[in-house]
Amino acid sequence: MTAHTHGDGHQHPHPRQPDVEDRPLTYHMALTAAVAELLVAKGVVTADELRRTVEDIDSRHPGDGARVVARAWMDTAFKARLLEDVNDAAAELGIDCGGIPIRAVENTRRLHNLVVCTLCSCYPRMLIGLPPDWYKARAYRSRAVREPRAVLREFGVTLPDDVELVVHDSTADMRYLVVPARPDGTDGWSEEALAAIVTRDCMIGTALPRSDAPRSGGG
Amino acid sequence: MAEETHMHRRHHDMGGLDAGPIDRHEHDHAPWEKQTDAIMRLLVAKGVMTVDELRRGIEELGPGAYDAMSYYERWISSITGNLLEKRILDPAEIGRTMDEVRHRHETA
Amino acid sequence: MMRFHPGDEVRVRSWQPPGHIRTPWFTRGHTGRVVGMLGTFGNPENLAYGGDGAPRQPLYRVRFAQSELWSDYDGRPGDTLIVDLYEHWLEATR
Repeated sequence: MTAHTHGDGHQHPHPRQPDVEDRPLTYHMALTAAVAELLVAKGVVTADELRRTVEDIDSRHPGDGARVVARAWMDTAFKARLLEDVNDAAAELGIDCGGIPIRAVENTRRLHNLVVCTLCSCYPRMLIGLPPDWYKARAYRSRAVREPRAVLREFGVTLPDDVELVVHDSTADMRYLVVPARPDGTDGWSEEALAAIVTRDCMIGTALPRSDAPRSGGG
Repeated sequence: MAEETHMHRRHHDMGGLDAGPIDRHEHDHAPWEKQTDAIMRLLVAKGVMTVDELRRGIEELGPGAYDAMSYYERWISSITGNLLEKRILDPAEIGRTMDEVRHRHETA
Repeated sequence: MMRFHPGDEVRVRSWQPPGHIRTPWFTRGHTGRVVGMLGTFGNPENLAYGGDGAPRQPLYRVRFAQSELWSDYDGRPGDTLIVDLYEHWLEATR
């Protein structure tokens, strides 16, 4: 599978990726196409449902989670509702998070939260899109529970000694969203400007929002 | 004792094990990967299979699965295995349809 | 209905059965404290094999001191880890 580094964390097409039609068809690509075709032929799913579901997957992105966080920073009553029930609070902003309950964990000056799923890849994908490759891979899943401060340093986050760290192993029926602390230097910012500094990784807990670097780190 | 105990730890249950640095390379999801994700979402929504069945199927791919296969390769393998177990699909029709898919791809 | 409550000290069972299990290995046999109740959910150990998940299992948030989980933990003494665990994997410590 092709891969490349996103220095700025933003999603963009791979520059050397040939057109899909020109790529060799791997065993698993053919298997996927065959399973989809057979499920449609047997009436288990329809082609239209498949197309609409892919569109829904494409429509989910960290920007939705960032809007929720920015609203929580602006509106303490909304933040209280968010910490009570993420799905309901997101619905207030027109975001449908589906049936799997998401819980928010709030960072403060003295507390940092980090989310991992050691058993598979549980992630609030209905609110912030599909998880990054590293979240699903062995190194992060193995190490985040045992040496979380070292893992955070690899992501460029050095927690001061007076900050308590809570790791959430999200392996069951809940998904977790980190609500980062609003950084200094953002007084008077609009909700849109605030949302722009809330990156995907901020909502996993592997980054901190920065008032001096809008749109950096894990888009 | 420790060695005996370790035999029962399954390969996907990796929290706390030693591992190297985190590789932060990311890739854009290919259409077939999103198709696999969409198939799974629909099968869950329709009550055909559960997320736990997906996970169980991935766990049963064996210890090499995480190194030899990509994420969505594990997913489509597990989904297919579950559909075979439920007798919604059978091997011959999958083989035949994969051949047709390949033929269309080559002649496209 | 729920056997445990926030504040209760619990030990994760050190069972090692085969099969699909959502109790991470590294928590088994360790002692933590219930910090929240999340409701009841279909039992994944049954759902994974085509079952209907009955009887549903209460799910708890259990907090562990990192120093209790890892004897060589080198972070801060107050660092903790929270895992969601189903009731049948928990036992009272007293």
